[in-house]
Amino acid sequence: MPPTPPFGHWLSKHIKTGKSNCTHDREGESVEEMGQPELADADARLIIVGDPGRTDPHLQLAGNAVRTAKYSPFTFLPRNLFEQFHRVAYVYFLVIAVLNQLPQLAVFGRGASVLPLAFVLLVTAVKDAYEDWRRHRSDRIENNRAASVVDPRDGQFRPKRWKDVRVGEVLKVFADETNPCDMVLLATSDPTGVAYVQTINLDGESNLKTRYAKQETTSRPIGDEHPFAAGLIRCERPNRNIYGFLANMEIDGKRVSLGPSNIILRGCELKNTAWAIGVAVYAGSETKVMLNSSGAPSKRSRLETHMNRETLLLSAVLITLCSVVSICNGIWLGKHRNDLELSQFFRKRDYSDSDENYNYYGIGMQVFFTFLMSVIVFQIMIPISLYISMELARLGQAYFMIRDTNLYDESSNSKFQCRALNINEDLGQIKYVFSDKTGTLTENKMEFQCASIRGRDYSSGKVPLQDNGGTHSDLVGDQIWKPKMSVKTDPELVALLRSKVETEQGKQAREFFLALACCNTIVPLVVETADQTQKLIDYQGESPDEQALVYAAASYGFVLIERTSGHIVIDVLGDRQRYDVLGLHEFDSDRKRMSVIIGCPDKTVKLYVKGADISMFGVIQKTINLDIIRATETSINAYSSLGLRTLVIGMRKLSRNDFEEWQSAYENASTELIGRGRLLRAVASNVERDLHILGASGIEDKLQQGVPQAIESIRQAGIKVWVLTGDKQETAISIGFSCKLLTSEMTQIVINSNSRESCKKSLQDAVALSSKLAAISPDSENILRGTGSSRIALALVIDGNSLVYILETELEEELFKVATVCDVVLCCRVAPLQKAGIVALMKNQTDDMTLAIGDGANDVSMIQMADVGIGISGQEGRQAVMASDFAMGQFRFLVPLLLVHGHWNYQRMAYMILYNFYRNAVFVFILFWYVLYTAYSLTTAISEWSSVLYSVIYTALPTIVVGILDKDLSRRTLIKYPQLYRAGQRDERYNLKLFILTMMDSIWQSVAIFYIPYLAYRQSVVDGSSLGDLWTLAVVILVNIHLAMDVFQWNWITHASIWGCIVATVICVIIIDSIWMLPGYWAIFHIMGTGLFWLCLLGIIIAGILPRFTTKALTEYFMPNDIQIARELEKYQNINAATTSEIPMITLSQPL
Amino acid sequence: MNPRGDSTSGSDGAAEPRRKSKKPRYSRFTQQELPACKPLLTPAIVVTTFAFIGIIFIPIGLLSLSASGQVVEIVYQYDTDCIPEQMQNDKVAFIQSSMTNKTCTRTLTVPKNMEGPVHIYYELDNFYQNHRRYVKSRSDKQLRSKASETETTNCAPEATTSDGSVIVPCGLIAWSLFNDTYSFAVNSKIIEVNKKNIAWQSDKEHKFGSDVYPKNFQMGGLIGGAKLNASIPLSEQEDLIVWMRTAALPRFRKLYGRIETDLATNEQITVTIQNNYNTYSFEGKKNLVLSTTSWIGGKNDFLGTAYLTVGSLCLFLSMGFIILYLLKPRTLGDPSYLSWNRNPDGHY
Repeated sequence: MPPTPPFGHWLSKHIKTGKSNCTHDREGESVEEMGQPELADADARLIIVGDPGRTDPHLQLAGNAVRTAKYSPFTFLPRNLFEQFHRVAYVYFLVIAVLNQLPQLAVFGRGASVLPLAFVLLVTAVKDAYEDWRRHRSDRIENNRAASVVDPRDGQFRPKRWKDVRVGEVLKVFADETNPCDMVLLATSDPTGVAYVQTINLDGESNLKTRYAKQETTSRPIGDEHPFAAGLIRCERPNRNIYGFLANMEIDGKRVSLGPSNIILRGCELKNTAWAIGVAVYAGSETKVMLNSSGAPSKRSRLETHMNRETLLLSAVLITLCSVVSICNGIWLGKHRNDLELSQFFRKRDYSDSDENYNYYGIGMQVFFTFLMSVIVFQIMIPISLYISMELARLGQAYFMIRDTNLYDESSNSKFQCRALNINEDLGQIKYVFSDKTGTLTENKMEFQCASIRGRDYSSGKVPLQDNGGTHSDLVGDQIWKPKMSVKTDPELVALLRSKVETEQGKQAREFFLALACCNTIVPLVVETADQTQKLIDYQGESPDEQALVYAAASYGFVLIERTSGHIVIDVLGDRQRYDVLGLHEFDSDRKRMSVIIGCPDKTVKLYVKGADISMFGVIQKTINLDIIRATETSINAYSSLGLRTLVIGMRKLSRNDFEEWQSAYENASTELIGRGRLLRAVASNVERDLHILGASGIEDKLQQGVPQAIESIRQAGIKVWVLTGDKQETAISIGFSCKLLTSEMTQIVINSNSRESCKKSLQDAVALSSKLAAISPDSENILRGTGSSRIALALVIDGNSLVYILETELEEELFKVATVCDVVLCCRVAPLQKAGIVALMKNQTDDMTLAIGDGANDVSMIQMADVGIGISGQEGRQAVMASDFAMGQFRFLVPLLLVHGHWNYQRMAYMILYNFYRNAVFVFILFWYVLYTAYSLTTAISEWSSVLYSVIYTALPTIVVGILDKDLSRRTLIKYPQLYRAGQRDERYNLKLFILTMMDSIWQSVAIFYIPYLAYRQSVVDGSSLGDLWTLAVVILVNIHLAMDVFQWNWITHASIWGCIVATVICVIIIDSIWMLPGYWAIFHIMGTGLFWLCLLGIIIAGILPRFTTKALTEYFMPNDIQIARELEKYQNINAATTSEIPMITLSQPL
Repeated sequence: MNPRGDSTSGSDGAAEPRRKSKKPRYSRFTQQELPACKPLLTPAIVVTTFAFIGIIFIPIGLLSLSASGQVVEIVYQYDTDCIPEQMQNDKVAFIQSSMTNKTCTRTLTVPKNMEGPVHIYYELDNFYQNHRRYVKSRSDKQLRSKASETETTNCAPEATTSDGSVIVPCGLIAWSLFNDTYSFAVNSKIIEVNKKNIAWQSDKEHKFGSDVYPKNFQMGGLIGGAKLNASIPLSEQEDLIVWMRTAALPRFRKLYGRIETDLATNEQITVTIQNNYNTYSFEGKKNLVLSTTSWIGGKNDFLGTAYLTVGSLCLFLSMGFIILYLLKPRTLGDPSYLSWNRNPDGHY
């Protein structure tokens, strides 16, 4: 940081800087919804251009150093521990370890009691430290990058490290460099002040965006003493909205307004522009990209929620066991009150010091101590290790999901992303899928299909105009410039455009395509090709619809060639013409249209408007040409029933008066600081009236590959698909048909109302209809399950207007009733918050798992609301991906994700939880049975080290390996029979019944393990340690065999881990028994030398496993579930050969 | 729409490597397609498994039973028997008094020919050698080496004498060393009792030091049990070593010695018991046991019975499954059994 220069005291009086007010934290998408917010002076940040010292005299603003690392070497230990102990499980662990340190309660040795906790903490800490070290390293690299900054003393550009850049400094960025902070553009290499940036690091969009420097600053000479001195920028406080910026600049006494197009954000790359100069307005942690880099939302899986319920049950069991032990101990002490004074093994009285009781605190206290001690001894009843095992297993599952080649999207070169690591298993229990349409079901690659001009529909007979290329290419010198993509054209329309005969239709058509070519924000980029004489024009822009329209215009001969901030050049049928762009009203969601004011070469001023049909028909002059409007409306309806997106184009010639009136209003509004957005909208609405209709366009939004098949599979899997879209009802329905969501056999229930009452009525009608249909179908239960094939399928179509009256009112219940009996629900014209509202409705009304999938910023709220949120990393930016739990490239990947990985993960995790409960319970029960024969004094025959290592080494690895690798069914089977997915929806793998059965099994096994040696060795010379070793080995072998019996697929890793663990246990026991300090010295060798030991071991294993094996054999053969049948199918009918219904996995070749 | 091709900036070279495919590399491991065996519980496997267990277990059970049957065991409970009639009401006083004559002579009949070596055990019941405060009351370090003589942390109240000098061996376990003695005679000819090698060799060599001698042992206010000869190192004190291997269960036996000669059927053995050990204060029982051994250890029919039971159960199950499979056969892997292929009124 440079030293603070002395500052003028006049500044300190009224400049309020950055950090004191934190209320200004709006989410990006909501700002877009509300339109431009107003910039009140009190909320503003003041920046004096080129003078960081006066801008930020107290160094209160964030410097440009970024810090993504969480810890420093000094804070690592306390902070990391603090974070780790946020888990209740660890606190439980700690409390037990602390209890054990009390001398009266010392059950385990100090080391043995702390070891497991210390181990877990250490592993996590090492993992965190490594991740943090990597973050530190990348921070260091990032902070030390070089930037070119104006030295305020002499006005020269000097290199400076990124971290030293301060707000108010003037920077210069060169082509292909990354921008170090958020800066307002002052000048660029382009004389008009245009700069192109790529925002791929920011939002993932790869197309170039245009940014402008204001005319007032571009003309300033560079290299002067203070090139931009006295410039004062007043901008809003740092916020997360990367698509919004509100500021103005005072320069030379003039007030210039600044908007999102005047700022380049940190992380953007400058492209196609030699250099750009700007002033830093937000730095470091206050830049928009840093404010947006929040982590994935934390969700908790349903299985884990259920698991917590069973953990509570286990706690109850634990408390019962402890109470039994302590009460029995009390009774025993009471009964033997007199005996214990002298008995050799207790000796209550200390004879050396008078008549004092030695280590005896009265029965009450003894009972209390016994209780606490028994909690310590039986602590692993609550399987702490399960939490760590689950995390490791999920990590492994995520590894395999990410590396699955079937989830890789070639067209966008994107791998599957696992952003949330703790809900893998939820993917196996989804009941409802809420899907966005545009960009999710469709590709969001728009293609111009047809036009209706002056009421006449041109959509027949498409011929690609590739061969007679002369029409839509432009000759520049000896070079041919061609648009990068060509669109199929209608020959009749082409002929009309070319015809020399001046007809009204031809004039209108030319105006129409001129409007398409100029009413947009597209930037043409000229790209070299291998052929020297040929160059391609690549249209870069933010809206795919606009790109499609401009390519279409180019194909018809209206080629947009050049755009600067003041004019555009269009090649009109071979004739190059310059049009001045006098004004531009950007698209906003209130007006639903955009317009440009163009100064034509013939000195006329024209307003071109394009927008959504409803908004356009409101501003079109209806007094004349009524039949044209009608005809256009008919065409639009026809287009949208084909699934096309429609836009209406209108035009108005502006008289001189009109123009001047507009110009003054526009200038006033655009320099206004407060409520500028609203004023600009008012200006736009004022001028966009009395339009003359030119025509309408139909753009196809192509379905993504494999969507119909994917939807079919998902529905067979018993998952209900709801499509929530902002499109029109007709468009939504036609897309519904094309992706096989809707079929012609379905009965459609359409709810499309404008008032509360009519909503209520149509809902009641719908309920009546659905119950009537339910009554006539043979099995009404089937409807609820959505399985019946013999019944009439229902589809509900509802629009956003109706939802306004339904959501968050008592009508919700009715909607829920209707929606659940319907197979398909289509919601059209819904706002982003309504999407979340619908998801919330389902979440509140049912226990079923919901999944939301979407790609745009408007899906963020829905993605965050649903149990599982999936982001499509597609065309519409990365906001959805950033908010999602999982991200992938294509909608159809939902099939392998849910049906295969979801199914596997659910099955694995469910088994893992049950097995861990069982495994620890068996051990605890063995300890408990023994305690009954030690006068309830909590002695353990199993050595304390074995108790500690039991869940850490002896039995930990196999369950994790099985939790990562085991597959009940192969991928092919799961995709061939999507119905198998229903096992997860029915909670088949983990429920209370299974839990209780498992617990009963664990009690039986513990009885077998304990009582067989007990009865075999009673009245013998056996010592505690030897018997303890027998129990240790028996329990470890039995629980591993139990696991082995339930493993579905044995590969070498499974073999190695299960048998390896048994071997490791034997080695550990041998090592423990080789320590002379411990009482069990050499016990294992003595007992292993006897035949009785081996007979006991064999007997325990067979007797222990027998009930489970018998039950398994019985249920698998006589009560097989679907999964069992499918396994048999896999084994005996070689279904691998027949893969007819498999989803095709060929990726789409890129259209060009 | 591909951003490639900024002709003026020449960024293609830099952009190209970034566009390189992120496609995960294929391997059988990452695609979870490792070769694997998928076992199924087919009828054949189930029946064979049960039959196999039955066939293995029944002979083992029979063998165990016969081994156990060959063991000849004489058990004589002497705790009440060896107290004179007049002292029966106050056994504790009898055993605590140093004035009473604790010698007790009885005659036992050998039921069956006992081949040497005949093991002599004492069996205590209701004696919690596994009680927490008892098991912990020892110092393994002190037992092993002279240098660690003062390591008596867990030994209270038998850590030090009242004047503060250390007790070796310290702790409740050593203090409570069993001190009844037995001598045997047949036809008034004394039978030698071999008390050598009754403890584990590993304990003698590594756990009990040959330089550690008893010190201040049994000098306190109350005598818990036997005294030790202060001139013999702990590694030679086999009775102590045996005693210090604390028993697993409250009813336990400990090896006292061996009679190397055979005992013939109906031979009368005269046992002279020095009944010193106080089990009366906690109603503990004392037995004298003479027993031969077999490969299965002492006399215990449980394991044989258990094996026979499990074995026959498995045979029965194997039969049961055969019948079940014949009564309700099912084609394995028949898709018509899938729940969505079954008609709705089928069992679900």
